[in-house]
Amino acid sequence: MLIRATALVAGWQRPATAPLDFTLESGRILGLTGANGVGKTTVLSVLAGRARVFSGTLERRPGLRLALQNQDVPPVDGVPLCGRELMALTGATSDGLPPWLAGRLDDRLDRLSGGQRHYLALWAVMRAPADLILLDEPTNNLDAAGVDHLIAALRELAASGTGIVVVSHDHEFVEAVCDKVIVLRESAHVV
Amino acid sequence: MWSDLFLLPFLTGLCLALVLPVLGCFLRLRDEWLAALAYAHVAAAGALLALVGGAAPTLGGMAAAALAGAGKPLFARRLAGGAAFALLLMSGWAVAVLLAANQPLAERLGHSLFDGQLYFSGAAQLTLVAPWTLFAGAVLLFLSRHLLLARVYPDYFRARQLRAWPVVLGFDLVAALTLALATMTMGVMGGFALIFVPAWIAFRRAGSWRGGLIMAALIGLGGYIAAFLLALGLDQPFGPVLALLLIIVGLLIA
Repeated sequence: MLIRATALVAGWQRPATAPLDFTLESGRILGLTGANGVGKTTVLSVLAGRARVFSGTLERRPGLRLALQNQDVPPVDGVPLCGRELMALTGATSDGLPPWLAGRLDDRLDRLSGGQRHYLALWAVMRAPADLILLDEPTNNLDAAGVDHLIAALRELAASGTGIVVVSHDHEFVEAVCDKVIVLRESAHVV
Repeated sequence: MWSDLFLLPFLTGLCLALVLPVLGCFLRLRDEWLAALAYAHVAAAGALLALVGGAAPTLGGMAAAALAGAGKPLFARRLAGGAAFALLLMSGWAVAVLLAANQPLAERLGHSLFDGQLYFSGAAQLTLVAPWTLFAGAVLLFLSRHLLLARVYPDYFRARQLRAWPVVLGFDLVAALTLALATMTMGVMGGFALIFVPAWIAFRRAGSWRGGLIMAALIGLGGYIAAFLLALGLDQPFGPVLALLLIIVGLLIA
């Protein structure tokens, strides 16, 4: 078991989610989806240790190595940082990068397109050494080829034993990549 | 030129010309370049206060800057948007100018600090600056990954339970103390020019972080040597010559 939530209610200043139960094992991908405002990002934040647990329990495997990608684009405008250096920062490998990015690793991040920058920033988190990866809306800014590549990369990561939690409003993506999907609602959640 | 009279100040400034541009890159990365000016003014005020109080000006400057550096996180939490640095800058400037205006003892040193007269540096200053710049350079290299990670992936940094405060405190102290020594050696604006201009050019022109650090250090080094020779040849104060030279180079390249 990597992480287990039992009747977990999370929030920042006040409770913001309905009670949630799930267990995530190594090599599995859990999807959290639902309408805006039901607390998808809050759940991800509580798993990362940022938001508060108001009731219920959240158990993590001791020594669990987390990697978290949020929706913010890394603030690299005007900073002379190239893709290869970004990979080195998180200890990520560039093996498996799509061809449209592999050749641009030595370019400054602020000279890449929005989609290229997003995918590289996502890759640097996704391929960092970690037991559990938390991804918040990873398909934002990606075209169809990018989404297809992401699905294949996530399945490959899971096959190597990494646990993954994905928050997304993109139902097709979630259905294609996840082993289990929880639809968050304001009152009770649907599995 | 190669007599002790000029060699010692040259070597002292050379050490700073290598480390200040690199420090400037990290301050710019953290959007804290105004902090350099604030630390420099606080250091100048501390040096003058120490002189008036009968203590060594260098120690006074370093103590005041270290206090400002260590206290910065406290100020910054309450005063957002760089206000903490602006207030520190104005406080340092006001205290320094008032001391220089009212204390004959402080007047000469005050002029030296604000004019930027590198040539007053001697063996004692070099003994202090050389090992400190080596230490500061090593600390910056050690903190580099954490400082970049905290900027680019703040959530990743927290999710990995990496503690931010030792990194921030260590960086703030190194920045403050290096700026204090630079202020004592080449004046407020001489030190600030080496912090600001090379990093500004490197951020615009460099293709990578590593390339940016090297570019900034080379610009600082080249600008410093040229300014030293020019100021000596034209018999002008060093700080303004360095600042003007770097501004011209900056505008041409950037």
